[in-house]
Amino acid sequence: MTTCPEEIIRFMDDYLDGDLNPEDEAVLKGYLESCSDCRKMYHELTKTIALVQSASHIQAPASFVQKTMERLPKEKKRGSAQRWFRQHPFVTAAALFILMMSAALFTSFNEDQQFAFTKQPNLQVEGETVIVPEGMVVDGDLTIRNGDLRVEGELNGDVTIVNGQYMASSGVITGEIEEIDQIFEWLWYGIKEVSKDAAAIFSSGDNEDQ
Amino acid sequence: MDALVNKRIKQVLKGDQQAFAEIVELYQHQLFQICYRMLGNRHEAEDIAQEAFTRAYVNLHTFDQQRKFSTWLYRIATNLCIDRIRKKKPDYYLDAEVRGTEGLNMYSSIANEDQLPEEELMRMEVQERVQYEISRLPDKYRAAIVLKYIEELPLAEISEILDLPLGTVKTRIHRGREALRKQLSNL
Repeated sequence: MTTCPEEIIRFMDDYLDGDLNPEDEAVLKGYLESCSDCRKMYHELTKTIALVQSASHIQAPASFVQKTMERLPKEKKRGSAQRWFRQHPFVTAAALFILMMSAALFTSFNEDQQFAFTKQPNLQVEGETVIVPEGMVVDGDLTIRNGDLRVEGELNGDVTIVNGQYMASSGVITGEIEEIDQIFEWLWYGIKEVSKDAAAIFSSGDNEDQ
Repeated sequence: MDALVNKRIKQVLKGDQQAFAEIVELYQHQLFQICYRMLGNRHEAEDIAQEAFTRAYVNLHTFDQQRKFSTWLYRIATNLCIDRIRKKKPDYYLDAEVRGTEGLNMYSSIANEDQLPEEELMRMEVQERVQYEISRLPDKYRAAIVLKYIEELPLAEISEILDLPLGTVKTRIHRGREALRKQLSNL
């Protein structure tokens, strides 16, 4: 083999791959006739290929398909759930919306365990009680979280108390009073607020149309 | 056949696991054959072929349906076979030496290493001997030779399966062929 020129070996390889051009093929054939080493090598290579190709084609065992299918991860349930979601996009979207809404509201409910109230002038605070002092007038809505409200003066606006109470007193409140004590009421309140906002957007849109 | 396969793939992606059985049915023999020729052992070949189908199933969403499914499937299988061969044989030092140099002297060192005694070789049936010699090839050459001469795939497809440039595939086939020629010269 060492005696055979590299070019001829390259031609031989290309020829066996089936991509040698006719001129080089003629060169190769001419050379093979003159060199017995090259001829021997060529014959051995073709014989090798024939031997490898003669390797009997074997088949997979009879139970192969069944065993393979048993080995697959069981995804049937997930598959059918996905199908259901795809076939009911509106229900899915609505469910997702409600889930996220409640999650958000629930989180804000839990996070806001601290005493807080809407800052308005003239308000007094005693511990966790917000007081509208006697003879004072507070203009605007008031929201109190985790605290109580006592009105001795006058409050011109709505009152919302979360996790607290309105203590009956001699004052005057011109707006509505709403007390929210439980998570579900808080949720309900949150949803009502969102729909009010949405309604406001729609009605303002209507107004613009007119 | 490709249209049928793509139809089944869509069904599988929609969650119909049973549609995958038909895909397995279509490719089982070819895939098993590749694994068997690569690994030289029926039991291992079955295991790896099943693993290849499982991976194809799990990653089916990543398959680009514009391409040929068999190419993708064979690629998964040959990679698994090569991994298995490398884990099985403690010839990692040869592997490290060869990286980048495309195995210049590697073949001969392996070939002399785990050769059976002459008289045992002579007792082998031709078929058995050919398989034995294929399984003595370095894994890189083995994959190329199996795909070329047993699966009879075009070079372009082999290059896609092995994720190698066409020239590299040719080189591997030439070297694998030359190695086999020497190994089988006394037959």
